[in-house]
Amino acid sequence: MMEMPKILPLNGDDAAAFAMKQIDPDLVAAYPITPQTELMQSFSQFVADGEVQTELIVAESEHSALSACVGACAAGGRVMTATSSQGLAYMWEILYIAAGYRLPIVMNVINRTLSGPINIHCDHSDTMGARDSGWLQLYGENPQEAYDNTIQAVRIAEHKDLRLPVMCCMDGFITSHAVERVDLLDDNVVKDFVGEFVPTHPLLDIEHPVTYGPLDLYDYFFEHKMQEIDAMSRAERVVREVSNKYGKMAGRSYGLMEPYGMEDAETAIVVLSSTAGTTRATAKEMRQAGRKVGMIKVRCFRPFPKDELAGLLADVKAVAVLDRSDGLGAYGAPVFNEVRNALYDRDQGPEVVNYVYGLGGRDIGQPDIAGVYADLADIAATGKVKQRVRYLGVRE
Amino acid sequence: MTEKPGWKRIPTGGLILTAGNAKEYKTGDWRTQRPVINRDLCSNCLTCWINCPDSSILVEDGKFKAFDLDHCKGCAICVTVCPKKAIHMEPER
Repeated sequence: MMEMPKILPLNGDDAAAFAMKQIDPDLVAAYPITPQTELMQSFSQFVADGEVQTELIVAESEHSALSACVGACAAGGRVMTATSSQGLAYMWEILYIAAGYRLPIVMNVINRTLSGPINIHCDHSDTMGARDSGWLQLYGENPQEAYDNTIQAVRIAEHKDLRLPVMCCMDGFITSHAVERVDLLDDNVVKDFVGEFVPTHPLLDIEHPVTYGPLDLYDYFFEHKMQEIDAMSRAERVVREVSNKYGKMAGRSYGLMEPYGMEDAETAIVVLSSTAGTTRATAKEMRQAGRKVGMIKVRCFRPFPKDELAGLLADVKAVAVLDRSDGLGAYGAPVFNEVRNALYDRDQGPEVVNYVYGLGGRDIGQPDIAGVYADLADIAATGKVKQRVRYLGVRE
Repeated sequence: MTEKPGWKRIPTGGLILTAGNAKEYKTGDWRTQRPVINRDLCSNCLTCWINCPDSSILVEDGKFKAFDLDHCKGCAICVTVCPKKAIHMEPER
């Protein structure tokens, strides 16, 4: 048999499925939804071909899929799933239960907008709604990161100081269905990296009976939530540790965010996921033309690395935050709120403006990004913000 | 009331790490009314014992002994089912 090539042309769904194959979890429960379908289709093929030992449950809904994951993880298994959009919405109440019971489930979420009107394409409305559910959120830029994040997420979630579920997000269709070059690790390297899952209180350990999910009223609920909050406060360190270890092992470095050109930038864009690539390419061209622009890709949105971000933006005059979801009724969208909040404690911070873009899969291109940098240059020069929150690429 | 332990001293995730302790959870303090029995009317048919959803009718030698007020939630099903109308509810103070 031929040795597996180390580089394959894979789309984001297949890259994440390949990572799941190498992780070989005890159980995967899922329900198909575009654009996650191809991920589960690929993984199902691995199960059918006997390439994994995983017990695959094709549930009758996402609510049931994540419920099965909760049960299996409480029982003592390493558990994974994947979904998108309405599927994540349907998982809602179980999201909080998985986090509240401290179950280290790993889920790929292929970002897709929420209906209505009905639309199957990318924006971040689905996962942004789940940002306070107690799950960690890593946003991947391309299929390579979809692969790398999935492997790292297992060790992050299961870390003894954390024990919280992790979402690995990638842009629907843009990343999930676009084929790119993906560098793959050897099966045994991944196996060694993720190690054996050591459950803390498995239900199947009949020598040590345990109850998951008893009634928890006003006399103890707040204390249990406090433990979860305390664990999340350690998440930044855990993500950093695991990312560093992975970087050394794989030769691809990962941090909580990825700055470009920030060493001398006067204006900067903060952005998540695939649009980071578009932004970096634009910034690169502008820097080659002598313009002092920079950009920061936020890889880890939960926990939000406020200090690192505020440090990177300390000497910038104007910042634009690009949000692929809106915060209807809020003053700006979710990422904008985090970034501006993180800068509030600084004596002198940059002007921060918000661009909501790409809703329902609306394309964003380099000319759009260049336009944002032009607006920022104007703000930096005049010190005046004409409009704090703008909508980029929508027809009047 | 005894001081309850803080978040650093309890099992994570709301787990209960020992078995057979549901009876230690005193649900009786949810009650706003308590059942009171008139023993002159009671025929010890134990219809209340059969119907009580919280197993709060205590029986001894085949006869009604007492209400378990640590766990009785005051639902008054016993009042409804008693064929002798021997039980009534009185407000908790």
